Amino acid sequence: MQQRSTIAPNSFDALIPETARVTSVRKETVDTFTMDLDRGFRFEPGQFNMLYAFGAGEVPISISGDPADSSRLVHTIRSVGAVTKRLEALRPGDMLGVRGPYGEGWPMAKARGHDIVIVAGGIGLAPLRPVIYHALRHRDDYGNVVLLYGARSPEDMIFESELHRWRGRFDMGVKVIVDRAPSSWRTHVGVVTTLIPKVYFDPIDTIAMVCGPEVMMRFVVREFQNRGLTEDKIYVSMERNMKCAVGLCGHCQFGPEFICADGPVFRYDRVRDIIGIREI
Amino acid sequence: MTEVSISGKVILGLEGLGKIVSNLRREGYSVIAPVFEAGVMKLAEIESADDLPRGVRDQQEKGTYRAEQIEGERDLFKNNVSCFSYKSFLHDPHLCVFKAKKDENGFTIEKPEREEKRFAFFGIRSCDLTAMSKLDDVLLQGDYVDSAYDDRRKPVMNIAVNCTTSADTCFCASMNSGPRARANFDLALTEIIDDERHVFLCEVGSDEGAKLLCGVPFEDAPDEDDRAADVLIVAAAKMQMRSIDTSGIAELLQRVQTSHRFEEIAERCLACANCTMVCPTCFCTNIFDVTDLTGDNAERVRHWDSCFTLSYSQLHGGSVRQSVSARYRQFITHKLGTWHDQFGGIGCVGCGRCIAWCPTGIDITEEMAVFRQLAAP
Ligand SMILES: Cc1cc2nc3c(=O)[nH]c(=O)nc-3n(C[C@H](O)[C@H](O)[C@H](O)COP(=O)(O)OP(=O)(O)OC[C@H]3O[C@@H](n4cnc5c(N)ncnc54)[C@H](O)[C@@H]3O)c2cc1C
Ligand code: SF4
Ligand code: SF4
Repeated sequence: MQQRSTIAPNSFDALIPETARVTSVRKETVDTFTMDLDRGFRFEPGQFNMLYAFGAGEVPISISGDPADSSRLVHTIRSVGAVTKRLEALRPGDMLGVRGPYGEGWPMAKARGHDIVIVAGGIGLAPLRPVIYHALRHRDDYGNVVLLYGARSPEDMIFESELHRWRGRFDMGVKVIVDRAPSSWRTHVGVVTTLIPKVYFDPIDTIAMVCGPEVMMRFVVREFQNRGLTEDKIYVSMERNMKCAVGLCGHCQFGPEFICADGPVFRYDRVRDIIGIREI
Repeated sequence: MTEVSISGKVILGLEGLGKIVSNLRREGYSVIAPVFEAGVMKLAEIESADDLPRGVRDQQEKGTYRAEQIEGERDLFKNNVSCFSYKSFLHDPHLCVFKAKKDENGFTIEKPEREEKRFAFFGIRSCDLTAMSKLDDVLLQGDYVDSAYDDRRKPVMNIAVNCTTSADTCFCASMNSGPRARANFDLALTEIIDDERHVFLCEVGSDEGAKLLCGVPFEDAPDEDDRAADVLIVAAAKMQMRSIDTSGIAELLQRVQTSHRFEEIAERCLACANCTMVCPTCFCTNIFDVTDLTGDNAERVRHWDSCFTLSYSQLHGGSVRQSVSARYRQFITHKLGTWHDQFGGIGCVGCGRCIAWCPTGIDITEEMAVFRQLAAP
């Protein structure tokens, strides 16, 4: 029998963004900036939006703001190519296109009642900042909250003033490390994995959330496993080319997963078998 | 049109086919059928059943497609899949997603007007019908619907043809997608030619299909004709020289992902993307901006894309799939393997187009057989 499609009446043309205006731009590092928009909507920590720069294109960018504040959208962007450079040139009052939020975020509900260990590399702290905002706002819901942050150099650290503020709190542990630093740098030098043995958490009662370059994430996972954390308690955020963000264009496939819809955050055991394969 | 109620199968003649085409056109359908042009069977709009070519024989082999029209032959459908598939009509190769226009306040976004089109696919084969339902799974069944596809897909009428011959590249029988049309059709025809007659056994698949028979001269089909059609279809299946053993195929492909065989294939593969363009189930698209010379008008356009291009997997540090071997791996493991996880079932319908249109004759059935051997314990 011929089957007619039965589309929900609320289907919409998923690829058309809405316009929004930039309300402020803050420089984080030489190539990274944080931009506020005059639109807001509810989102989960770890979700992302597609940002459209007029005439240049559209790119996936994580939401780096406070999930409790739905009056604006905050994104932290590293300017690396055609579209992100165009976004970097925007000034307060300028317009861009935005659609979202997309994807599966960090397991905030599952982490309730447990310790949270966050490991971020470079710009990877951007999608994890909403986790910190959320955990600190609902502080009693979580056990220890620890942030381990690695950057190339002290100048490459994003959210610097917030890092200081978080480090000054009694209810949160923060350690930062850089690959290389001037002699005046008085804390750790090296790779972020070396921080893992230095902090306290209870491996059977911890959820780890990791975002950074793929190789870094693999080494971090290995280090967590050395500390007795099992794969089902470790979450990573994956990145692939993305054109539609709604599971229709095919680009973000990662083995059987569509990173835009099934991720970007994955429980590690779900991607373990594919993450190490070259050019997958 | 008045109601026609039909149960079972009927027999109709050439005149009946003509009437079906004119009924469709009267209802506002563009009737798309295989026509013989420039040496290939391609899909194009026909105005009447007289436009259907007679006696076309196609030869499809690795890296080879030939078709010729044989003088004096009467048959309409004794050939196999057309070069391009029906996906060109439903999943636009080029589509404007939106237009953006600069103004004093910034810019405005406008959804483009899109002409309404109602297609009737006349002569669509079972593999292509199955491919259509696979595209439905991808583009209509997820959390987000491809509304451009949906607009085209909803009104489609399928006048299917059961194959009575198979090309050397066909392997639909092993993929459980042919040569008999089993679902997704409004009418399904089997061409029967003998010394006295040139008739079509017609099976009705939907109420809309039954309505198309209004004004068509037909008779109830005698059992002999039903059996005769069966014999022809079964013979077409038996002719098939290729097959894919699909048992446990998803797990099998997962096991061979790091096989060196992919590098051997890459030595032959040009990464030309032909296979993905002709494939009726490949759905990937790229989306990018085009601006006019003033820079004030931008258009966001969507084109078919292919996992064989370097830019497909681009990240700012370079593409993930630099090597051609990784791109072929993406193609075959997606089509035959991970499609199961994503949409249920397999992503290939055995139409054989990728085999015929691969300039270097890479054969998905052959490669799959090699992988099965490599994976054998
Ligand atoms: C889920 C997700 C969240 C992200 N969050 C952030 C974030 O918070 N901050 C940030 O700075 N960056 C983030 N990125 C990376 C960001 O999308 C890329 O840096 C950006 O697409 C580069 O585009 P470009 O045009 O400037 O660069 P070009 O190198 O000129 O890229 C050309 C095209 O390739 C594609 N592309 C290139 N790099 C990437 C990439 N890394 N990911 C996906 N597509 C890519 C894009 O389609 C882009 O238009 C995220 C990526 C993903 C997948
Ligand atoms: S993979 Fe090849 S045989 Fe299978 S549906 Fe696509 S074109 Fe046809
Ligand atoms: S398999 Fe053949 S058709 Fe496909 S990209 Fe390679 S050379 Fe081209």
